[in-house]
Amino acid sequence: MTSPTPVSRADVFGLSKLLRLQWEKAQDCYVLLYPEGMVKLNGSAGEILHRVDGKQSVDDILSDLKRAFPEAPDLDADVIAMLEAAIERGWIERKNG
Amino acid sequence: MADANPKPLWLLAEVTYRCPLHCAFCYNPTDYVRHTKNELGTGEWISALRQARAMGALQLGISGGEPLLRDDIEELVAEARSLGYYTNLITSGVGLTEKRIAEFKRGGLDHIQLSMHDITKEINNFITDTNTFALKKKVAAMIKGHDYPMVLNVVIHRYNIEHVAEILEMAEAIGADYVELANTQYYGWALINRAQLMPTREQLEKAEEATNRFRAKAGNRMKIYFVVPDYYAERPKACMNGWGSVFMIVTADGTVLPCHSARVLPGLEFPNVRDQSLEWIWNESPAFNKYRGDGWMKEPCRTCPEKTKDFGGCRCQAFLLTGAAENADPVCTLSPHRQVVDEAIEEAKNPPAQVRPIVFRNDANSRKLAEGARDLVPPGVRGLP
Repeated sequence: MTSPTPVSRADVFGLSKLLRLQWEKAQDCYVLLYPEGMVKLNGSAGEILHRVDGKQSVDDILSDLKRAFPEAPDLDADVIAMLEAAIERGWIERKNG
Repeated sequence: MADANPKPLWLLAEVTYRCPLHCAFCYNPTDYVRHTKNELGTGEWISALRQARAMGALQLGISGGEPLLRDDIEELVAEARSLGYYTNLITSGVGLTEKRIAEFKRGGLDHIQLSMHDITKEINNFITDTNTFALKKKVAAMIKGHDYPMVLNVVIHRYNIEHVAEILEMAEAIGADYVELANTQYYGWALINRAQLMPTREQLEKAEEATNRFRAKAGNRMKIYFVVPDYYAERPKACMNGWGSVFMIVTADGTVLPCHSARVLPGLEFPNVRDQSLEWIWNESPAFNKYRGDGWMKEPCRTCPEKTKDFGGCRCQAFLLTGAAENADPVCTLSPHRQVVDEAIEEAKNPPAQVRPIVFRNDANSRKLAEGARDLVPPGVRGLP
């Protein structure tokens, strides 16, 4: 096992070019599509990943999520853990440095 | 687990059975010449794509034969993208030009899966019975040049299995993102040629070791799928994730199948998209319901705790090797017919002195097989593949 890749708030991530993220009405969720496969994302993973656009920093994404879900408890640790898992799986790539 | 309300998430469009290659391991029906006339037209394909998408289909494979033999693939790709499919063109590369690939890019094709055969020109040209080695490298560069994810599919058999390390190095050098080392599965032409294609257990183990060494060295840059040949496994593959569960194939002449080789099964009438809606075909047709769930199972599957994992394996393999589709897939060591698989493994280890010549996939051989030329089918194979 490789150790988790640390994510900092200034980082900017984009989706891997091997992936397409799409809202799928029939399944009422976001799906990740890639050669020979697809993953149905749960609600929170979908909300996070569709904000990963190669422009917004992690900090921007956190603020945006707080605006969208004002009633949610502190999300920061969960969001960062989800991004780290997404790096491990090759779903997202760092765009800064 | 079997879904109570299954959706055809994966749609494979086998748009033509015509093919410029003549690969000895092709899974296409050996009597494909029967299905090369009356190909669906562009409008009929577009209607099928729309129907399947409305039923929830997401992944679309455009395959064949060689799909690029049709001149309307650009139009089908653009339609598929506008419908929201993730679209994969599965090609030998023959017929891919700068003009066509640029048009695919404009239409929103998501990726191209290119078949490669070996690092040597000799084996590439031998196993495909064509002179296509240089072309494949050229096409790989073209795919890269247009910034597509590059998926290489390499069918593995006795003639190239000892080159796995070099094949992976070549794939890395040309910038592949995914490599499928797909060990031959014995259907269609591959079953006819099994005695010539099947590697030994030792060759297989060495190939797996070479793959793991490469993974350790190269890391995550290139994803490698090593598709294990099921004859050497103890349990069957969860074929198609269960009959009529997630997978649907519309074939060149409009016949709709739950798996690539279902046509071999006797007593089933497969519906045609020209006559029926895909909705009816998927939900209501007797053919798509025949092996859904586990009501059809016999022992040892019926009471097996693993039946929810592998669904009893492959119905076509059960029929081809045991004579009855309801039997357990004979790959399973719990099957009373496992011996037919062990005999094939033994034959791979000690090939008979007189090896039958390879039967290449071509129109002349297909016509012979369509007429029932049993002498081309290896002994021990119960159905005509």
